[in-house]
Amino acid sequence: MGINWFKYSSPQAFHPLAGKLIPWFAVAALALIGVGLYIGFFVAPTDVQQGDAYRIIFVHVPAAWMSMFLYVIMAVWAGIGLGLNARPSFMMAQAIAPTGAMFTFLALLTGSMWGKPTWGAWWVWDARLTSELILLFQYIGIMLLRTAIEDLRRADRASAVLALVGVINVPIIYFSVRWWNTLHQGASVSITAAPTMAGTMVTAMLVMMAGFWMYSFAVTLARVRCVIAERERHPSWGKPAALPDVAEAR
Amino acid sequence: MQWGSLAEFWAMGGYGLYVWASFGATALCMGGEVLALWRRHAAAAAERRDGA
Repeated sequence: MGINWFKYSSPQAFHPLAGKLIPWFAVAALALIGVGLYIGFFVAPTDVQQGDAYRIIFVHVPAAWMSMFLYVIMAVWAGIGLGLNARPSFMMAQAIAPTGAMFTFLALLTGSMWGKPTWGAWWVWDARLTSELILLFQYIGIMLLRTAIEDLRRADRASAVLALVGVINVPIIYFSVRWWNTLHQGASVSITAAPTMAGTMVTAMLVMMAGFWMYSFAVTLARVRCVIAERERHPSWGKPAALPDVAEAR
Repeated sequence: MQWGSLAEFWAMGGYGLYVWASFGATALCMGGEVLALWRRHAAAAAERRDGA
């Protein structure tokens, strides 16, 4: 590939590149979500056991998957940022957190909308639900920590450390349905086992998932552009605390 | 196609409230996020234009 990636590793060069990519991801997201909704509501049959309540799966599972994927990607950027002391990596981690938090919230909300008619309860303190709720608190904690520290370089590093430490919860969420005896049903789709759902149901879910991926790319790129622009406007944010303050404190 | 009428579609076999609340909340959150980013981007662009 003849692309000089180093050219895009600086925020100034990455900003216009992201701007060019966003419309493509946005169009792909709209198209995939449109097709996914069509298959989900007009092609996929009514479930024998759960009736039409099961259709919540078409937003619930993609949202839950994105909540975990985005956390891992955020933690990877945070790790790269810490390892290479790279500002753009911290910016990516910062841009991903709000979208990850939103998908975690949606996974919990749509899950309770599904739990009420199928289990008879909006919420149970079950391993899957509890670990996902902890994930929401982790996202909120990472975002709050960032806003609480005024010096941007310290805010970058502190929230990156918190993101990295918390990544341990992701496998716990994923395997919770196997490790503990939970009310939550097992994995809907697995590489090793035949799907437990009708083909069109799986198709609708996977197309929606692809749409949510494209949406996440578009939205995080749009947010990282905002972050770059805002940090450029206030260059002092990127520098360590000014020395005169220290002198005055003495 | 399993829906005989529009009313049947909205009813979702009696689970309409749960199904539409889920899809509605998802649409609101995603739409709201896009709108918020649009505004944030516009604010950043305006600030840059003003050169303040």
